[in-house]
Amino acid sequence: MYEIKDLTKTYRRGSQSVEALRGVTATIADGDLLAIQGPTGHGKSTLLQLLGGLDRPTSGSLRLGGGDLTRMSERGLTRIRAAEIGFVFQTFNLIPTLTARENVEAALVPLGVSADQRRRRAAEALADVGLAPRARHVPGELSGGEQQRVALARALVKQPRVILADEPTGNLDEDTRDEIMDLIERLWRERSLTVVIVTHDSAIAKRVPRVAWIYHGELSMRKESAPRSGAGADAGTGAEAGAPA
Amino acid sequence: MFFTYLFRELRRRSRQAIVVMVGLALAIGLVITVTAASSGVRNAQSSVLHSLYGVGTDLTITQNAADGSNAPRMFKLNGTGGAGKSATTNTDNVLPAPGQGTIASSALSRIAHLAGVQSVSASLSALDIKFSGTVTESQGSGGVSGLTPGVGPGITAPTAGANVGVQPTSLLGVDPTRSGMGPLSTVTITSGRNLTAADANKTSAVLDSGYASQQGLKVGSTFTVAGTTFTVVGIATTPSGSGGANIYLPLAKLQVLASDANDVTTIYVKAASAADISQVQNEIQKAVPGATVTSSASLAGSVTGSLASAASLADNLGKWLAIAVLVAAFAVAVLFTMSAVGRRVREFGTLKALGWASPRVVRQVAGEAIVVGLAGGALGIGLGYAGSAMVAHFAPTLTATTGDVPQGGGGQPESLSGPVSGAQGPPTGGSGGVPGLTQSITVHLTAPVEIRTLVLAVLLAALGGLLAAAFGGWRAASLRPAAALRRIA
Repeated sequence: MYEIKDLTKTYRRGSQSVEALRGVTATIADGDLLAIQGPTGHGKSTLLQLLGGLDRPTSGSLRLGGGDLTRMSERGLTRIRAAEIGFVFQTFNLIPTLTARENVEAALVPLGVSADQRRRRAAEALADVGLAPRARHVPGELSGGEQQRVALARALVKQPRVILADEPTGNLDEDTRDEIMDLIERLWRERSLTVVIVTHDSAIAKRVPRVAWIYHGELSMRKESAPRSGAGADAGTGAEAGAPA
Repeated sequence: MFFTYLFRELRRRSRQAIVVMVGLALAIGLVITVTAASSGVRNAQSSVLHSLYGVGTDLTITQNAADGSNAPRMFKLNGTGGAGKSATTNTDNVLPAPGQGTIASSALSRIAHLAGVQSVSASLSALDIKFSGTVTESQGSGGVSGLTPGVGPGITAPTAGANVGVQPTSLLGVDPTRSGMGPLSTVTITSGRNLTAADANKTSAVLDSGYASQQGLKVGSTFTVAGTTFTVVGIATTPSGSGGANIYLPLAKLQVLASDANDVTTIYVKAASAADISQVQNEIQKAVPGATVTSSASLAGSVTGSLASAASLADNLGKWLAIAVLVAAFAVAVLFTMSAVGRRVREFGTLKALGWASPRVVRQVAGEAIVVGLAGGALGIGLGYAGSAMVAHFAPTLTATTGDVPQGGGGQPESLSGPVSGAQGPPTGGSGGVPGLTQSITVHLTAPVEIRTLVLAVLLAALGGLLAAAFGGWRAASLRPAAALRRIA
C-alpha cells in the first residue's frame, strides 16, 4: 500500500523554481488499478517517479508497505526498484541490442538470479504475454505492441507488488492499445498487482476502477469504484484535496 | 548477461569501437616500435661499448705516454762480417705499445683497496716486431738498409741494401684470473678455450681467428715470441672494431718479455654498484695522479656518428611522437566513451529503473571501454612487432665513432710499410686500432621487442581503457534515473 502525505516536489534552476507537485495526499491500496490523468507538465510523471523511488520529493512522506521512500538510502531505493516495482514506459525502453528474452532477463540481474533461472523465468514471462515465439528477436524486429508486451514481461518477471506504467499505450494504435490494456487488466487480476497508469487516454480511464486527476501539481479523485483485484478488494481509500480541472 | 550485453553493445557501436581501437593500436604500436628501436640503439651502443670496453668493466685507467717516449727504437742485427758482405738475420723484439704509457702494478693494489671497488684487472699492450731477411752491411753499422726512417712504431732504417721481412704482431697480456672483465670478456672463443687462472704462469696463448688463419696456427700449435715458445690453447674472434690484439698472453709472461715486469697499460675496475662509479672514479683519480680514468658513461658520451644520431632521434623525436599519439588516442577513447554514454542516457536510466545499481551500470560501461582498450592493445602489439620488423629490415647500417678510446688491445698499426725489397706487409688478421685515435664501428640496428615492452603495451592499453572507463563510468554513475526518464517522458 502506498501512503502519500503532503508530498511536494519543486524543481529549481537558478533563481527560478517550478512546483511540480503541491501537497499531494493519497492512499493507493494493494490491488488498486489507478489511472492518473492530467495535462502535460502538470506533475503526472513526477508523481510516478516518486512512487517508483526514482526521485526524491522536496517534502512530505511517501510510504510503500511500511517503508518510507523519502528517507531511504539510494541502495534501499535501488533494492525496492529491483524487487518490488515494475516499470512500463511509453517508448518501451527495451535495450536495442538484447533479444526479447534477454531484455526480460535484465530485470532479474540485480536480484542475483542464476543464469538458468533467469532464462527459464524470462521464457515463462514472455509466454504469459503471448510472445514466446518472439523470444529470440531483438526489439527492432518487433512491432510496437510486441515491444510493449516484452516491456510488460520485463516488469512482471520479478513478480513485483507494483506496476507503474507511464503512458503505456501512448505509442500504440487503438487495437493494440486495447490488447495491451486487456493484458494489463488480466495480469492485474491474476497476480493481485497494484497498478498505477499515467495516461492521456480517456478510453483507458474508462476501463479502470479508479481515476485521479492531477492539475498544477494537485491531485484529486475523479472516479471511484470497487477494485477488481482480489488482494485489493477490501482496501483503498480515496485521494484527498486537489483542484479539479 | 554482462558479456552478452557488452559484446552486443560493442557490435552496435562497431564503427566507434573500431576508431577507438585503431587509435589505441596505432599509439601502442608506435610506443612499441619506438621503444624497440630505442632498445636496438641501446643494444648497438652497448655492443660498441662492449667491444671497446669489455663486459663487467665500469672504469678503465690508462696513462698517456710520456713526451718523447716514442723515440725511434734501435734494433741490433747480427753483423755480416765486413763491409759489402751479406748475412741472414732474424730478430724478434717485444716493444711497449706505441702511444700508451705504463702504470706501475702497485697501482692495482691501491685501487683494489679503494671503497666502492669490487674487482680490478689489468692488461699490458705490446708489439712484437720480427725482422727476418738478408742484410748487406754498408758503411757504418747497426742499421738495416732499405727501411725508411720513421716508418712504423720506432723503427730506424738507415740505408739501402737489404732484403728484410718485417712482421709486427700486437700482443695483449691479460690477467687470466679475471677473465670475466677486461679484454678477455670481449672475445668469443671459436675453438679451444679461453685463458684460465691455471694459465697465469704458463706459456699459453689465445689467438685472434684472423691472425691464426693467416699464420696457419690452430689449437695445439706452437709459436715463438722473443724466444719464448707459446702453445695455442684457443682461437677467438673479437667484436668488429674492438681494440683486440693478435695474440693474448698471460700478463705475467708478457711483462717478462716486454721487460715491464711490474707495469701494465690499462687497469679495469668494476665498481661495487653503479651508483658508486662516479665516486670511485674520483678516488682513482686521486690514487693514480695523472692517469686517465674513463667510465663507460663518458665513453658513451664520446660516441658520435649515425648511431648517436639514431639514439638522439629515438630518445627525442620518437619518444615525444609516441607520447603525443598516445595522449591523442586516450583523448579519443575518453571522448568517444563519454559520447556513447551520453547517447545511452535513456538506456541507463531504464536499467536503473529496473533496479540496476550504479556500480553495475558503471561496470558495464567500463567493461566495454576496457575490452576496446585491450583489443587496441592486442592490435597495437601486432603493429608494434610489424613496425619493429620494418625498422630492423629497413634501418640503414649505423656507424659509431669514438675518440680517445682506452685500448686494451695492443694497438696494431693500421699499416706498416716501407720500400724494403721483399718486405712483408702488415698482418691483416688482427682487428686492432691505433690507441688514441678515433675508431669507427659499424653496427646494424635491430629493434628487439622485449617482454617489458609488451608489458608496457598491455599496461598502456589497460590504462587507455581504464581512462575511458573512468570518465564514461563517472558520467553513467552520475545519471539520476529520474532525469534520464524525464527525457523519455
